[in-house]
Amino acid sequence: MITIDSISKTYGKAVVLNVETITIPKGQSFGLVGNNGAGKTTLFNILLDLIRPTTGKITNNNVEVNTSEDWKNFTGSFIDESFLIGYLTPEEYFEFVGDLRGMNKADVATFIAKFDVFFNDEIIGKKKYLRDLSKGNQKKAGIVAALMGNPQVVVLDEPFANLDPTTQIRLKKILKELTDNKEITLLVSSHDLSHVTEVCDRIVVLDKGIVVKDIETSAATLKELESYFSA
Amino acid sequence: MISHFLKLEWKQFFRSAAFGKSIGIKILMGFFGLYLIAMFLFMGIGAFYGLKKFFPEQDPFVLVNAFLLYAIIGDLIFRYLMQQLPVMHIQPFLTLPIHKNNIVHYVLLKSSFSFFNVMGLFFYIPFSLVLIKEGYAVPGVLGWCALIILLIQSVNFLNFLINKNKTAFGVLLVLLIGFFVTQQYQLFDLPGTFGKGFDFVYRDPIYSLLGLVLLLVLYQLNFKQLRSLVYLDEAVSQKVKEANTADLSWIEKFGDVAPFIKNDIRLIWRNKRTKTVFLMSFLFLFYGLIFYTMDAYKDSLPMLMFASLFVTGGFTLNYGQFIPAWDSAHYKMLMSQSFRYRKFLESKWFLMVAMTTLLYILSFPYLYFGTDIFLMITAGAIFNIGFNSLFLLYAGSFNRKRIDLTKGGLGNTQGTSATQFLIIIPLMLFPMLLFWFFDKFIGYNSGFVVVAATGIMSFLLKNYAMNFIEKKYIKDKYAMINAFGKES
Repeated sequence: MITIDSISKTYGKAVVLNVETITIPKGQSFGLVGNNGAGKTTLFNILLDLIRPTTGKITNNNVEVNTSEDWKNFTGSFIDESFLIGYLTPEEYFEFVGDLRGMNKADVATFIAKFDVFFNDEIIGKKKYLRDLSKGNQKKAGIVAALMGNPQVVVLDEPFANLDPTTQIRLKKILKELTDNKEITLLVSSHDLSHVTEVCDRIVVLDKGIVVKDIETSAATLKELESYFSA
Repeated sequence: MISHFLKLEWKQFFRSAAFGKSIGIKILMGFFGLYLIAMFLFMGIGAFYGLKKFFPEQDPFVLVNAFLLYAIIGDLIFRYLMQQLPVMHIQPFLTLPIHKNNIVHYVLLKSSFSFFNVMGLFFYIPFSLVLIKEGYAVPGVLGWCALIILLIQSVNFLNFLINKNKTAFGVLLVLLIGFFVTQQYQLFDLPGTFGKGFDFVYRDPIYSLLGLVLLLVLYQLNFKQLRSLVYLDEAVSQKVKEANTADLSWIEKFGDVAPFIKNDIRLIWRNKRTKTVFLMSFLFLFYGLIFYTMDAYKDSLPMLMFASLFVTGGFTLNYGQFIPAWDSAHYKMLMSQSFRYRKFLESKWFLMVAMTTLLYILSFPYLYFGTDIFLMITAGAIFNIGFNSLFLLYAGSFNRKRIDLTKGGLGNTQGTSATQFLIIIPLMLFPMLLFWFFDKFIGYNSGFVVVAATGIMSFLLKNYAMNFIEKKYIKDKYAMINAFGKES
């Protein structure tokens, strides 16, 4: 369970995020939607303790994220390309992340093998460094690395951006399966309304740092979101 | 058009994220530039009278001419090593309604005003003025001066050609070897003939136009070469190198710091700049040769101590001072992974210690200079291992500048800030001072002993120091993430 408690972030006088309370129960797939500058990435960065909130606190499975680092053991994340180590090959990168997450070589190999279809022969065995891969392929590697080591919480910022249509569809399947047995809490942000509504049980809309909508996903959700954003 | 580009350059300079912070370095470099200009000016004015005084028999002008070939060849070699090819971030312009020819002309013209081209003028122009004042024919001197300026510009463009083009480089190399052979066996007095050419231009200034022809030809060649590169796939995207995946599983013996050590080895080997640092540290091994062989330093023991620190410290100093900025590009990711910060720091420490030890072993031939020198190197190595590696880790927590690993090696100052200058004091001066003090007031061997003992003490206190350093890194985590996220 993740509790976001009166989190705000101000830079000078500009308030970029001001969230009262959001509670994300275990096993929920949580979608964050909003236009540019709505504060999605800022919220995720605070959740991952990469920036400090001006006020408030976030607890991740009873761990307050900016006082203890224990949350790192059960949280996998991919925010942007800066999460990749450019001079490694994808295999070496998975091995490195696997090492940090307590997986041995065989574990890593078995885990990676599950994503053969998702990788579509463009990641493994290519003898290329991550920095030389295309944006989409970098993203694939980053997302899979975020899923390594049985995380309880997975945080993905804009996972669908830059992916080709086939991979988008495959990713949706992977994410849905991930939360099937309600063990893993998934947080994604996206600009693509139809993708998030398909993947997420719950959607929160941010606008200029404030929560303006908090909806349980239903058949009507996509229409509702579309009408909100076209207004 | 050109004014547009100039405006953009101006903004790029002043709006770069690092501008505010690196202003100190810019001022320092500015002073260095001014110093050089002053030296050149001084030489330009003084050369004529100086030569007249030392060689009263000969015409100073003819003497200078006889040396011009050396000056030009030296200039070319210096540029080949130091001058960077003109670069411009051309992607945004390719689709705008700007002629590609204009982009190329701009890049080439910009290079004409580089530091390397301007410096020489501060010598040749005052020298010409002195010549005129001393009664040399005005048109002749002007023609001579014009030819020199044209030749400097030609060298500028020639350098770009040989830098980009292996054939041109080969031809030049053959010519240079030929030149040295003729000099060695005195087959032919090339510099003299070359100098006579300049004397001739002085008498018949119209021939300085030959320099213009040379310049235009070289410019045209450069233009052709660059023009064919103004495409995304050529200029912008670099060739994708095939990954070399050496098996590093032997490192796993080192336990839980192994993943980081493996990473650091790959970091060093797969990026230009770190590779330069690594290879340079072996060059530092020879640093001692300069000092130990010079009589001037024979009696200045602290200076020899200084050199001894460098012999084994090349890697620790050059790599250590940019910890953890080497990892700046993926620092965020590291900070969201579960590991003790300690492991990350330990791996860097391990690497510095391992390299210092290796360099120390390689320094054994210095025994040739006697046991005193070797004891000094030993004391220096112990100090590097014990004190310097820990101190550099601590100093690293003050690093706030991103290093983009994909940018080139030698002469790249990215990531440099006042921190790098300040840390030199305790790193180098402190052991020198220690050595000097004990050597002077207590006696000969105490100098070595104290420097080595400081190293050993620090080594024994490593755990305490590491706790302290780790805390400092964790405290500064957010500031580092923020700073490393910014493009420099």
